[in-house]
Amino acid sequence: SSNEHKLNFKKSKEACLSYIQDALLQKQWKRAAEFLTCYVESLEKDYSREHIGPSEMIWRIGTEIFWHHSQRRMKEFSCFMEQMKTLGVKRYLKVCLEHVFHLLYNGQIDEAYQNLSLAESWRFGEQTAIQDKEIKLIQAYRGLLDYCSWSKQKKILLEHGEDGFADLTVEQEMHGYFRKAAVNLKEIIKIPGVWDVFVKCYVDLLEFYGEHNEARQVLNDYAYNSKFPANPNAHVYLYQFLKRQGESKKSLISALKILHDIVPSHELMIDFNTMLQKSKKRKKRQLGLEVIFAALDYAGWKENAKAWSRLARQVKQIVISEKHLDWIKKEWNSRKDWWPDFHFSRYLAKRNWQENKSLSYEKALVAGILLGKDCKYFKYVSHQGCKVRLKRFRMLKKFVTRHNPVYLRISG
Amino acid sequence: RDFNERCAQCSEVNWGLTDGGRFYCRSCHNVTERTREVVNTDFITNSRVQTISKGLKKQEKIDGGCEWYICEGFQLVLKKQVEALEALGVCPQMKDEILCNFWRCYLQKSKQAYCKRPAGETVKTLSVCESSTDVDSDPERPSLLHLLSLSESEGDLQTDCSFASSVSKVSESTSVYSGSVDGSLYLMKNQKEKLRMTMPMTLSFCYLALLWVREPITLSELLRFVVEGHIPYMNVFQHFPEKMKLCGLDLKIFCVESWPVYEEVFNKMHELAAFLDLPRFPDITESCFLHPDMLCMKYLMEANLPDELHNWTCRVVKKIGIGEVDFLTLMPGNKSTRKVKYDVLAAAVIVVVLKLLFLLDDHYEWLLSEFAEERNKNNTEVCMFYSGGPYFEFKKWYEVVKHTLDVEQKKLDEQKAKYLWRCEKPLFYSVKNKSKVLKRRQMVVNLQNQFGKLSGSVQRAEKPNPSSFQLSWSEENRDGSCFHGHSLKGVLQEKCGLLTAMNPDYWLCTVKLCNEKLCGHLAHYREVEFPQSYHFVLGLFSFLLRIQPSYIHDEVCMIEHKLFNKKLCKKLKYNTVLRK
Repeated sequence: SSNEHKLNFKKSKEACLSYIQDALLQKQWKRAAEFLTCYVESLEKDYSREHIGPSEMIWRIGTEIFWHHSQRRMKEFSCFMEQMKTLGVKRYLKVCLEHVFHLLYNGQIDEAYQNLSLAESWRFGEQTAIQDKEIKLIQAYRGLLDYCSWSKQKKILLEHGEDGFADLTVEQEMHGYFRKAAVNLKEIIKIPGVWDVFVKCYVDLLEFYGEHNEARQVLNDYAYNSKFPANPNAHVYLYQFLKRQGESKKSLISALKILHDIVPSHELMIDFNTMLQKSKKRKKRQLGLEVIFAALDYAGWKENAKAWSRLARQVKQIVISEKHLDWIKKEWNSRKDWWPDFHFSRYLAKRNWQENKSLSYEKALVAGILLGKDCKYFKYVSHQGCKVRLKRFRMLKKFVTRHNPVYLRISG
Repeated sequence: RDFNERCAQCSEVNWGLTDGGRFYCRSCHNVTERTREVVNTDFITNSRVQTISKGLKKQEKIDGGCEWYICEGFQLVLKKQVEALEALGVCPQMKDEILCNFWRCYLQKSKQAYCKRPAGETVKTLSVCESSTDVDSDPERPSLLHLLSLSESEGDLQTDCSFASSVSKVSESTSVYSGSVDGSLYLMKNQKEKLRMTMPMTLSFCYLALLWVREPITLSELLRFVVEGHIPYMNVFQHFPEKMKLCGLDLKIFCVESWPVYEEVFNKMHELAAFLDLPRFPDITESCFLHPDMLCMKYLMEANLPDELHNWTCRVVKKIGIGEVDFLTLMPGNKSTRKVKYDVLAAAVIVVVLKLLFLLDDHYEWLLSEFAEERNKNNTEVCMFYSGGPYFEFKKWYEVVKHTLDVEQKKLDEQKAKYLWRCEKPLFYSVKNKSKVLKRRQMVVNLQNQFGKLSGSVQRAEKPNPSSFQLSWSEENRDGSCFHGHSLKGVLQEKCGLLTAMNPDYWLCTVKLCNEKLCGHLAHYREVEFPQSYHFVLGLFSFLLRIQPSYIHDEVCMIEHKLFNKKLCKKLKYNTVLRK
């Protein structure tokens, strides 16, 4: 019918919007701005039934255009954001926050702080209650900026302290910032969420003022409270804190265990394995082996010489002691189908040899034990190593040859 | 009824009516004691309406506003439109004689003025008209008055009463709000029988008048000029005088947010012609611009097709009788004849001719093209010069035209997306949201400035000069992109001294025509798979005429059925490909 093809306001603006989208995707900021100029009159129309209204569109698109435009003019950008704030009461705080992020990115810390304070004092009937979460966020960021100020003052203080000058005003200011920051940061981390930066800063503050117990509680909560989303960093922070506090290996290990469960490829797995290898308990040592094998499952670890040396060391120990070969067997069982191609191909042998002799050494040891002296990797590397008369490679060859039967039992 | 007495003071016969219903002399402003009441039997109704209308005056309008009626608004619109048309070169009689009379006739028939209506009402209409529109020049006033006092036996007491009572409702309710006096009334449903005036209808009026004087503008051109901004339509209310305040329901009437659609304007035009009881329009003869022969020539040029095709279009036109005066001329109210869309018809004829000569089955036309290409390669320039142009190659034409079409279509699409619908004059539904509206407007203007700067001094495209031709091809171009002078030799052959097409086949768009009254179309373009070449050709004319291809398709079907009428009657069901 003729109605479908009628060019009317709505259709015209939809078309306009798709041109804007195309331009944005192709990073043609000027062209996008050109079409957006034509789109803005949608504000004068009622779009209350639409899911996303023109005011939100204009805010988001306009922000992108301003931000990426070659002549980024912060003043005009701020002016634009101010206008956006007036466009939708329900979105006011969100726009404020985004504006603050942009200011921070641009290094305008003071302006960001001002905006945060302003936003914090905003009141609008029942909207204030509805947008409670946004207000907490705003307060949290203000707390963060307070923390930054505190940091600065602390630095000054420490420097002066070295010189022997005690500056009371600086100290007082510092404490003032601490109080302001602490209050807000404490509030936000009560709400379930991912608050890495806030937590770190808060813990830093607490540690400085000796509130270790509180710090520990905060970190524990952050890591173990089931209401909070699973966050590997929480465990990392807890571990680092415990380490700083000189806690027992036991607690450190328990902190890292969960990290291993969540992110087996985490860089801390090396530390974890180191701790576990040294443990007197058998179970822990076995766990260590598990951990290092698991880490090496990941492509990012393929050329990690440290990891390979850990594995090589542990494997060597087990072979020499002739105890617990079943540990290796267990780990190797699920990997024997794909590790050879993944780690021990002839191509990799050549490459590793060329690029990193230590790496190839460690890997050759592992390969030799797991796959026998006739495997491609070991053969190539040991041959190369003996050719250039490197002592350790000769030792390696001897070792593997001597213990060759082990591989048979492992691969069994 | 006719008040033809000479004025006591100046001896002129130039009377007007005061608010109080008395006659006064326009030349010397002498007020008489004679009132119209003397002749009226519905005196009571009059005074009631008068008092009510006085009551409306009390309604506090936005300061400085005057009372105005919707039809006055439309009158202004029409005036602006016809002035624009005059600027485009249309003869001035259209405005002063034709459109003016059509409009008055309309007002009379729809009982908004010039009829036996409560006097108070009509007077207001006239007085504002005089001061702000200047449609009526001095010498015409006596005739106005004449119309005023015509003894129409229509306008019975009942309608007047109902009007009066509904007016009183208007002044009471607060939700029904308009700047005009009768805005809400206008939108009420019982106005349907009287052919309520709408914005698209203003274009129908214009076109009706254009058709009467047989100006060389087709409806599709008129609508294109509207879209290009040469004829006021969108936001025309911003030219209303200051004191005519527009708000509330007036917006629904005068603010359009969609471009006029050909079908709608066309149909309304015919409805209007019947409603106004117009006689047979001036004849459309062969020398007339709107005659298919003329229009075909124009469209052939614009489509960059060889001039030789014109012979063929004329032949088709003659064969099926669509060049006959009686077929082409408008007879209002005649429901038996199909209403003629001159532009679409001409385009459809060209399409049919192309099908006749090139078949357009995605196969034959390319074959012919290769054949022509061969011939062209072998011929030298001298040879071509003497034999009248190179062989027309469909392939080359397709490439050239498609390229241009794509470019122009892209431009047009972008223009549509960039179109600015709002204007400086703010619109608001009620005084309450006036400040909100103004604020928004201010913000929109600010944002436009900001982003305008960011887009780097990109000047808004100047309004293109109004031109009859959207695509132009010059024979001076040495690159051979103009096909006007090309020859159809390659697709024609001589048989018995007559030139016929080499193509022996033809495929019908549809074997059976639909009933237009039932489903609105003669055929269904979208539901069938047609050859790409056919789509392309329809698309080309669809772009030129700015209408949907399905309309052209309908006309093509109609023409085909007329052309192959006899053959169709014989072999209906089985063959869709007929031999000529």
